[in-house]
Amino acid sequence: MILVTKLMNGNEAAALAVKLCKAQVVCAYPITPQTSLVENIAEMWATGNFPGEYISVESEYSALSYVVGAAYAGARTFTATSSQGLAYMHELLHWASGARLPIVLVNVNRALGAPWSLEPDQGDSLSQRDTGWIQLYCSNVQEIMDTVILAFRLAEEARTPCMVVYDGFTLSHTYEVVDFPNQEEVDQFLSPPPQEALFHPSRPETIQSVTDYRYLARVVQAGHRAMLQVPDALKKIGRSFSRIFGRDYFLLKETGLEEAKTVFVATGAIAQTVESFLPLLDGEEVFGYLQLKLFRPLPEKEIITAFSRENIEKLIIIDRNLSRGMGGIFAQEIRALLQGTAFRGKIFELNLAGGIDLTLELLQRGMAKVAEQKDGDEKIIWGVDL
Amino acid sequence: MGNTVFEETLVGKIEQDEFMLSGHNACPGCGAALTVRLMMKALKDRAVIVIPASCWSIISGVNPLRCLETVVLHCPFPAAAAVGSGIKKGLLAVGDQDTQVVILAGDGGTFDIGLQGLSGAAERNEDILFVCYDNEAYMNTGMQKSSATPYGSASTTTPAPRIKPNPKKDIMAIMAAHQIPYAATATIAFPQDLISKVNRAIDLKGFRFLHILAPCPQGWGSPVEKTVTLSRLAVLTRIFPLFEIEDGKRYRLTYHPSVHLPLENYFGLQKRFSSLGPREVEQARENVDYYWGELCRKSGCSEDCCRYS
Repeated sequence: MILVTKLMNGNEAAALAVKLCKAQVVCAYPITPQTSLVENIAEMWATGNFPGEYISVESEYSALSYVVGAAYAGARTFTATSSQGLAYMHELLHWASGARLPIVLVNVNRALGAPWSLEPDQGDSLSQRDTGWIQLYCSNVQEIMDTVILAFRLAEEARTPCMVVYDGFTLSHTYEVVDFPNQEEVDQFLSPPPQEALFHPSRPETIQSVTDYRYLARVVQAGHRAMLQVPDALKKIGRSFSRIFGRDYFLLKETGLEEAKTVFVATGAIAQTVESFLPLLDGEEVFGYLQLKLFRPLPEKEIITAFSRENIEKLIIIDRNLSRGMGGIFAQEIRALLQGTAFRGKIFELNLAGGIDLTLELLQRGMAKVAEQKDGDEKIIWGVDL
Repeated sequence: MGNTVFEETLVGKIEQDEFMLSGHNACPGCGAALTVRLMMKALKDRAVIVIPASCWSIISGVNPLRCLETVVLHCPFPAAAAVGSGIKKGLLAVGDQDTQVVILAGDGGTFDIGLQGLSGAAERNEDILFVCYDNEAYMNTGMQKSSATPYGSASTTTPAPRIKPNPKKDIMAIMAAHQIPYAATATIAFPQDLISKVNRAIDLKGFRFLHILAPCPQGWGSPVEKTVTLSRLAVLTRIFPLFEIEDGKRYRLTYHPSVHLPLENYFGLQKRFSSLGPREVEQARENVDYYWGELCRKSGCSEDCCRYS
């Protein structure tokens, strides 16, 4: 293993990972803050440094339609978007998962309007929770590069489309030092791109024709079972990744859970921010931290095991997203999951919806409110008080 | 109509091999079924067919049955042009250079909800053939108006007396404006013309477009045995001229009717036009004459008809 380190931002890392994975058909439509990702691919393609085809189309709807078509034919495909663009792709997200097409899509989190905003709210990707896509959330630039590579293998093995998600600007435009994988390593990890069409007119067949519940129910259940196998598949793929690249990957990342009374739970860039704040928090108390990476499917077994420790009294779940009238989406998912388990603690929600940045001062204020919260108080502790 | 009209439109023999099987799900007298039966005689087993939501989503067969002797891929309503373009690119990426990709969309999937993707694919000159079988309304859901519905037609969403007040969208002009290699109109009463235009289209590279009028007895309120007659009358009354356009510039009338039948002959067979009074028929005639005149001008037609334009 020859270690090459490079300074790059999240969008550059994703673009280079797509190149290393030898995606055969890349089709996209530009949208802030995803734009520099597709510009990077376009630049490599225009100068003969990209192994596949790159097509710039007239909308996100057509971008995902295009890769659905290319994936129907059997090609390795990639697209990327943000925010309104992901919402515009919605119909095709369902089609891709229904057809079990192993498409990899990067979504750079950005709030959905109205009003217009460029803030890194996670509502865009989380509102696609039920489209049948695997979602992997990244917390730094290294993780973006590695997760895109993992995603191609995971999508192809699970025959399920996979969305790689990271925060707009905070990760897409922030430069970090990245261990840069070389082509031989990636070729060792990922099978070569397909070289055979999945159909030919000489073998007549009709694909995705209209059907009734008897067949549709089987399609739906098969998709569900494939999803349930994703945590174990990702662990296996993660072990292979560690052997080749020397970095460990995980369904979730935990620190200090053996002793902590209070555990923070977060995703994306916020997770790494929380991790970096832990040593700076005052007092004697030992805090724990859990970063969710795989969401859809939520790794049930691993989360329940992690939170069933008797020492854990409080979970503070930090959501940079909101299901209006309910609360932070990760918080609701974890509440539901922990019902009837050995977890005996209380769950608190610190909500940063609207794209609020987490500062140390804000985290401390949130913790003070957690300490004061009584039964009957509003469930959500807001990052910004009205 | 005398026998001369039949002789005029049925010249030569049609390919005997069938690539569309009997037992399909089309209604009796379906013009869209006949359109594809003829189209497949040209495509044979050289093409995969991409179908967005439309009558053909049903006609092609309910799982696990099928009626086309080739590969058929279904896709969402607005997505056909982009999915088809992606299939072509994907096939090239995995080493299949030869298979043609043909979109088979209704007028809704072409003129309305599919127009953005169609325009995008045409502008990129994607190497696909887009075939619109036009039955002039949303027929799969029961005759709701589309922008391909002609002036004066009633529909369930433009019921009489509030008939459709606007003319049919000029999709051929839109396609010509994209300067694509080939665009042509055709209809089932002129089968050799239809087949030769499909052949012409698949011999070319780049984006190709066929606009095929496909009468629908259910929606049009016409006798099921009059489908081919209506297709012929549409051409002879000049409400649906047969022509082709190369590179968006060179227009050519591929059939010039020797008789000029009045529109009433066409309207009279269809319930959808039954509420039209003389004033509306006159308006429809003006629309047709204007369009025909423009077409003659663009194609450099030297027949007598052009003196009126």
